[in-house]
Amino acid sequence: MIWSKEETLSRQEMEALQLERLQETVRRVYEKVPYYRNKMDEAGVKPDDVKTLADLQKLPFTTKQDMRDSYPFGLFAVEKEKLVRIHASSGTTGKPTVVGYTEEDLHTWTDCVSRIACMGGASEKDVAQICFGYGMFTGALGLHYGLEHIGATIIPSSTGNSQKQIMYMQDFGTTLLVATPSYALRLAEVAQEMGVDPAKDLSVKIALVGSELLTDAMREEMHAVWGQDIKITSNYGMSELMGPGVSGECLEHCGMHINEDYFIPEIIDSVTGEVLPAGERGELVITCIKKEGLPLIRYRTKDITRLFYEPCACGRTTCRMENLTGRSDDMLKIRGVNVFPSQIEEVILSVKELGPHYEIVVTREGYSDMLTVRVELNKSTDSFAELQRIEKTTAGKLKGMLGLDAKVQLESPSSLQRFEGKAKRVKDLRKQQ
Amino acid sequence: MIKQQLSVFVENRQGRLGKVLSVLNDNDVNIMSMSLADTTEYGLFRLIVDKPELGKEKLTESGFSCIVSEVLVIKLPHEPGSLQKILQKITDEKIDVEYLYGLDTDGAQASVVVKTSDPQRAAKALS
Repeated sequence: MIWSKEETLSRQEMEALQLERLQETVRRVYEKVPYYRNKMDEAGVKPDDVKTLADLQKLPFTTKQDMRDSYPFGLFAVEKEKLVRIHASSGTTGKPTVVGYTEEDLHTWTDCVSRIACMGGASEKDVAQICFGYGMFTGALGLHYGLEHIGATIIPSSTGNSQKQIMYMQDFGTTLLVATPSYALRLAEVAQEMGVDPAKDLSVKIALVGSELLTDAMREEMHAVWGQDIKITSNYGMSELMGPGVSGECLEHCGMHINEDYFIPEIIDSVTGEVLPAGERGELVITCIKKEGLPLIRYRTKDITRLFYEPCACGRTTCRMENLTGRSDDMLKIRGVNVFPSQIEEVILSVKELGPHYEIVVTREGYSDMLTVRVELNKSTDSFAELQRIEKTTAGKLKGMLGLDAKVQLESPSSLQRFEGKAKRVKDLRKQQ
Repeated sequence: MIKQQLSVFVENRQGRLGKVLSVLNDNDVNIMSMSLADTTEYGLFRLIVDKPELGKEKLTESGFSCIVSEVLVIKLPHEPGSLQKILQKITDEKIDVEYLYGLDTDGAQASVVVKTSDPQRAAKALS
């Protein structure tokens, strides 16, 4: 089902709507947000200079650093009394980034997530278990309100206590799971330990996964445990922009539809800042055009993707962004080669003797970077030859994928850390050495 | 005689071997003999125990990768050349010997554990 008529506008109608909303937003932030006015003045651009959508390129970027510099409310475009909700990022690398919503913003957010849920096959008949951490993190409440809005029954079970999660699924008849891909796999593992086959003994038929990359290999891994008929779609968002609901995958699996009437996407070269044509891969930049509380202009997401504007077989006409291949932040530079953790994951999931969990360790020995991939054995053996064959096959595939020699370190099953939220699988020890 | 051997994958990390032994001890599994072979990163800890299947189940629950496989236990007189004679019979049948270790050297006869590529056929060759 398609939730909103805006998802099927013609390109011309969409662009007209976007321009109107963009002009209104730019005028508003110039008037109300001194931080933006200063930035625009420095760049020598006035709200009236935005005459077409292409004029968006004249506006300066907003970065995470801008949000930190104006902590906590410096980029807000409304008085604090107008806010009805505050969320914040975890702030693992410094001060958290704070976001605020007006009542209207919450309606917008709910609408965006309802669309994404419908794209993934959800309906009012579903019993939706939300295994995202509730709290300052936007993921859980975003999906919660969006799914509730379409009439689904919500089980706000949050993360943790995995055995109880499985019990809820059995007893309440959960049909829809909201989780990170790694937690969805972890839940299947816990179910199996309890003697429950997730594919046969549970009723979960839809998984809306997000807040973490979903690689093709991980999707296959999820199908292997949750069943071939489960509908798995990934969705995208970030608290700075709103939370989940910026874009989501439909059942055609050909990228994530961006809610373009609310967000204008651009792709830039992350080094030069130059805007790239449709179809080219680069950093995603988003402008919020229908937000009251925190309307960010040209926000640099650091996520790497491509945009496609051809209408989709699902009937939606909105622009699609390719499922993420990595974050410019996550990218590791090892011996001068760009490496995304998702590439390593793809290799690991393709070796059947290995489990899906892994850890990437980068160290420096002398003047050279060393890449070690710690993986769990999925197969028992009494033979060194077999163990060496597994190591060699994996190292060979890594070399093929990355063009780098990597050391494969085999570990006992369940010896690597499991994650309930975003997995932290990279240890870069080069700076500490 | 064919016996069940328990093999456990053990990372070369402090405390891992102790953990295997404590799981076996906690479940009252008695060790008759063992061999630990290692590489730079990990080892295979091979054991002849009184309850191999129980040992495997409990170690698997504790997150170890382990397997039960068939090995030959061969009794030998305490004489020079006795092991060579026995192994010759196995290799004459084109069966590969993968590894071996001592099980018991006290008493009138010694006994060794021999892992071959085909334990059933090797047992027949020796009978």
